[in-house]
Amino acid sequence: MTRIHDMGGRFGDAAVVPEPEHVKFHADWHPRALAITLACGSLGLWNLDVSRHARECLSPKDYGRFSYYEKWIAALADLLVDTGALTRNELERGQADGTSDLADKRLAAAAVAGVLAKGGPATRDSNVAPIFAVGDMVQVRSVPENMVVSGGHTRLPTYAAGATGVIVRLHGCHVLPDSNAHRKGEAPEPLYAVALKARDIWAHPEHPGDEVIVDMWQSYLSAS
Amino acid sequence: MLRDGRYLCKFGKRGKGGFGLWTFGDVGSHDRAMPHDHPDHDHPHSLLPSDPALRVKALETILTQKGLIDPAALDEIIDTYENRIGPKNGAHVVARAWADPAFKAALLEDADPVLADMGYYGRQGEHMVVVENTPATHNMVVCTLCSCYPWPLLGIPPGWYKSDAYRARAVREPRKVLAEFGVILPEGQAVRVWDSTAEVRYLVLPQPPAGTDGMDEAALMALVTRDSMIGCGLVAAP
Repeated sequence: MTRIHDMGGRFGDAAVVPEPEHVKFHADWHPRALAITLACGSLGLWNLDVSRHARECLSPKDYGRFSYYEKWIAALADLLVDTGALTRNELERGQADGTSDLADKRLAAAAVAGVLAKGGPATRDSNVAPIFAVGDMVQVRSVPENMVVSGGHTRLPTYAAGATGVIVRLHGCHVLPDSNAHRKGEAPEPLYAVALKARDIWAHPEHPGDEVIVDMWQSYLSAS
Repeated sequence: MLRDGRYLCKFGKRGKGGFGLWTFGDVGSHDRAMPHDHPDHDHPHSLLPSDPALRVKALETILTQKGLIDPAALDEIIDTYENRIGPKNGAHVVARAWADPAFKAALLEDADPVLADMGYYGRQGEHMVVVENTPATHNMVVCTLCSCYPWPLLGIPPGWYKSDAYRARAVREPRKVLAEFGVILPEGQAVRVWDSTAEVRYLVLPQPPAGTDGMDEAALMALVTRDSMIGCGLVAAP
């Protein structure tokens, strides 16, 4: 078991409620929360995997009761204090103690378009060679946990753990979140799309032909 | 040292970084090797006001005073995702794929260069895979672990895509979820649900409806819905 965010397959949730395409945000503060989070990302204090892990480290109680952008803002506040960009005292008083020495990293309005357009590719050169090919049968690791850091970040969902599947794509070598989220290096390795039969992962599959495809790093897999 | 025994990261030792909204690599010296599990009251966020609108306002105020964010940059980010980047981009790609078989073949083979040629690249769309719906297979996209979504092609995700209900149920009972969108698949069509667990983002190429032969790209684009490109809708006939 990893953390509260790992909810694929969970029972008990209500119906999904569709909404029209023109609805972008559901409260005035939502776009602000999105923009603050993105702007702070460009300070260079953390990577994508660190920020995901910060959201996952919210207490299960907070994760459950917070709306989407409340999770973002809570995790952002935690990260800003954790990296020393803000102090607890500043959060408590709602006032800054002075200008940050990181102010030169501030994302300027004129730089936004370029930064959004540039993105942050996750592919890397790697000395880890692919050991599986499309069509190979593989077994997913049975323990869906970070193997190095106890309680650490992983992108192996619990519902896929221990399953047998088939490689359907090789995506190249990608940064390994299990390492990068803990600032232990990018540790790039081959990433695959693995097809799991619904009947192999659920007790009551809806249809014999249905499948779930999960992107998994080579270290999540062994030959079957 | 903080009172709970952790050290603050020292300024000036963060190394590279600040090149993009998200930067990879070892950008910090602070030791986050172990996750910090705090009691609720010890999370720094609990020091902010509990009302979400006030929380966001308070954080924006402090960060602006510190010189860490520029309110004009926030406006620019919001305008981008509110008005400029949205599902029209994806619809453009789908319409072209329906109208041009060679384009479609290249798109399904290796989407990234094809999309880059059309100017559709950027944050949360760095590694794209396009999956085609056929009479035999219906594709559907989810992110069970968070809310990964192809932003350059579809904009920011709708509320339901980010909901616990969709994240929890789409992988286990996709057909029940599709029924909530009014979609009933034929018995002979299998469902493939793509769980976006890595930095690869998936776009569904829906089946063209009957009656579109000879329609131009603009007319085809107008038929394509956001939900059909996530795999939660079908494209209706003109």
